[in-house]
Amino acid sequence: MTVETLKQIIRPYGDTTGDAMIQVSFTLPVPHGPRAELAALQLAGKMGLSPASVVHSKAMGPDFTFFIVYGKATHLIDYAGIEVPEGREFELLTPAEVNAAVKASLGRRLVVVGACIGTDAHTVGIDAILNVKGFAGEKGLEYYREIEVHNMGAQVAVDELVDRAKSVNADAVLVSQVVTQKSAHIHNTKQMAAAFTEAYPTSLTGGLGRPLLIVGGPRFDTVTPSDLGVDRVFGKGTTPGEVASYLVHALVRE
Amino acid sequence: MKLGLDPAVVRKARELAARAAEPVIEMAKTHTTVSVERAVLRLAGVTGADADGIPWVNRIVDAVRDQVGLEHGVALPFFAAGNWRSMNFEMPTGAARDLALMRAREAVGRGVARIDRSRADRDRLLDKHGDPEKPWIYLIVATGDIYEDIPQAQAAAREGADVIAVIRSTGQSLLDYVPEGATRQGYAGTYATQENFRLMRAALDEVSGELGRYVRLTNYASGLCMPEIATLAGLERLDMMLNDCMYGIIFRDINPRRTFIDQRFSRQIHARAGIVINTGEDNYLTTADAIDAAHTVVASQLLNERFGHEAGLADGQLGLGHAFEINPQVPDSFRLELAHAQLVRELFPAAPLKYMPPTKHMTGNIFAGYLLDAFFNLAGLMTGQSIILIGMMTEGIHTPWLSDRDLALENVRYVRRAAGDLSDDFLPGPFIRDRAARVLSETVDLLHRVADDGLLDAIADGVFGVTKRPSDRGRGLDGVIEKADDYVNPATEILEAAP
Repeated sequence: MTVETLKQIIRPYGDTTGDAMIQVSFTLPVPHGPRAELAALQLAGKMGLSPASVVHSKAMGPDFTFFIVYGKATHLIDYAGIEVPEGREFELLTPAEVNAAVKASLGRRLVVVGACIGTDAHTVGIDAILNVKGFAGEKGLEYYREIEVHNMGAQVAVDELVDRAKSVNADAVLVSQVVTQKSAHIHNTKQMAAAFTEAYPTSLTGGLGRPLLIVGGPRFDTVTPSDLGVDRVFGKGTTPGEVASYLVHALVRE
Repeated sequence: MKLGLDPAVVRKARELAARAAEPVIEMAKTHTTVSVERAVLRLAGVTGADADGIPWVNRIVDAVRDQVGLEHGVALPFFAAGNWRSMNFEMPTGAARDLALMRAREAVGRGVARIDRSRADRDRLLDKHGDPEKPWIYLIVATGDIYEDIPQAQAAAREGADVIAVIRSTGQSLLDYVPEGATRQGYAGTYATQENFRLMRAALDEVSGELGRYVRLTNYASGLCMPEIATLAGLERLDMMLNDCMYGIIFRDINPRRTFIDQRFSRQIHARAGIVINTGEDNYLTTADAIDAAHTVVASQLLNERFGHEAGLADGQLGLGHAFEINPQVPDSFRLELAHAQLVRELFPAAPLKYMPPTKHMTGNIFAGYLLDAFFNLAGLMTGQSIILIGMMTEGIHTPWLSDRDLALENVRYVRRAAGDLSDDFLPGPFIRDRAARVLSETVDLLHRVADDGLLDAIADGVFGVTKRPSDRGRGLDGVIEKADDYVNPATEILEAAP
């Protein structure tokens, strides 16, 4: 086999294989009119859409125009060169299985401290994971008999979080970050990770000498746990069961 | 009345709500808070902040608390002081007390008179520019920078918004002071300050003149500074205010006692200012299930109605909140939404109900979200809702872009044009009538329990929004003070005097 045959070139699919058609919408800060449409087409061209056509343009007040553009994407994707991302590294367990695993191997309840840190007051995420009510039909960690939950709520300072984690001897710290303006979520998380590293100078890694650090939020998709200095990142749509299963995977050793 | 609700059951629900509210009202009457006292100073004309940005009203109230105690109220020690900037306070007696009381009543009276003038200005401008027909289209701006908010708000008004809400910076509800001045940096919103209020109201007055309809301005009082923000809103002629202590309790873990006391005073101010309050029942449904918890929304609305009336608010000022949050995957979800919305409409016929769009079941699929928002708009029109918050198809992805807002307005304009008077033809059948009756009967059961066990205990048990909030926990409890027998509050005196 030659290298050539290993490639699998794909293009976007409109209604015919290889038509490469895509649709985008955007706003330009210029008054509506033929000149604005030319500007939109030029942008489409630079984005790799050729040919492109403006199918809709609408004035939004005197100074802005909204466009919907269809065009043929000139970029090619070699699908063969795209690796399959790693799946979930842990097995999904039921609450009963989580409880049994914790009881059998720790011989005590697994202690979790949760908080929204920094200026973030959006407790929706942390509450969805921790509150009994839970999320997506799954009960939260408070519901697990063998998990002890300390939900510190919103706008918790990093040093308060470290103090609480130490005082309750936390196995894991869960931090939720919703607000992303000016990359506050990234900044806050790094600050938190640094504070734990400093507070537990002898720790080897999460779960060994310091609590496991877990961060969750809808906009962490561009960073890795090691970028942030944490052990695991969870994204939008994560359910309490996934978090509980991960805790068992990471903390409960056979 | 289309649902054929049993008037005896409705009467029973109101009786129970009044009984459940009574002990909390009594508690609010016999206590004050640091924020209530700061609001008194703001009414008396104290403005500005020290070199560190700490408002003078905070400095004064803290100093009086340290030196005299707040159980007598801040007014007398403050007005007895020669130069308050020295921050030395004592409790006056005899002739000095009489003099301080007279000065306090005069100064606070001038503040209330300013609120009265703002209200008269609103009435005049409503006459001049015209009051838009209901439902009012309610739209949010939230850039963090007041100077960026202004052109966005004006653009939204030109595109059809009747009400502009400036979302606050996240977490402002947890600040135990009100920031000062025009602000240009916030997180997911713009700080509520007196200057920001003034700037935005002036900008909307300008665009109201241009459009020939009065564009209302909304902000948020809920949080640790409810009394002060309510006062600033009255002074600067805001038109509607989010005012619901349950929001602070459940979502911001604010101490229930603190915020019920603050809420009573702030609603008295709103009543005087002619401001429509918006309550936050919609929020329960973001944590609780919209079908299972439908009766908690109605129970809370009845409690809010009672608390509002007791504070002097008229029915026309009770913008009770509810929401379109049923999972769209549930069969008959739209019929259930209609049942809930129509129930609220019929229970509170004179209230300017505020109807909130879907948030919980909005996904990254903006196309499906746009459709869901259209169904929400339709439900709002079919059931005669008064204030419709416009849903964004990008809800949950980012704060609205200019184009999101424009498309959202296009959506509601279409639904209004196509089906604006559909409520005239909408006669619910047995499915909707039965569902409404069932929610009402569950409401009565719940209010029974709340009246028997106590509202604060119900909140501690997680009845509302599924979150448990005990009355001895949460933020701001240290700012609660039991009133002494000689407690003086010139603002309350004026606000509670028979009109």
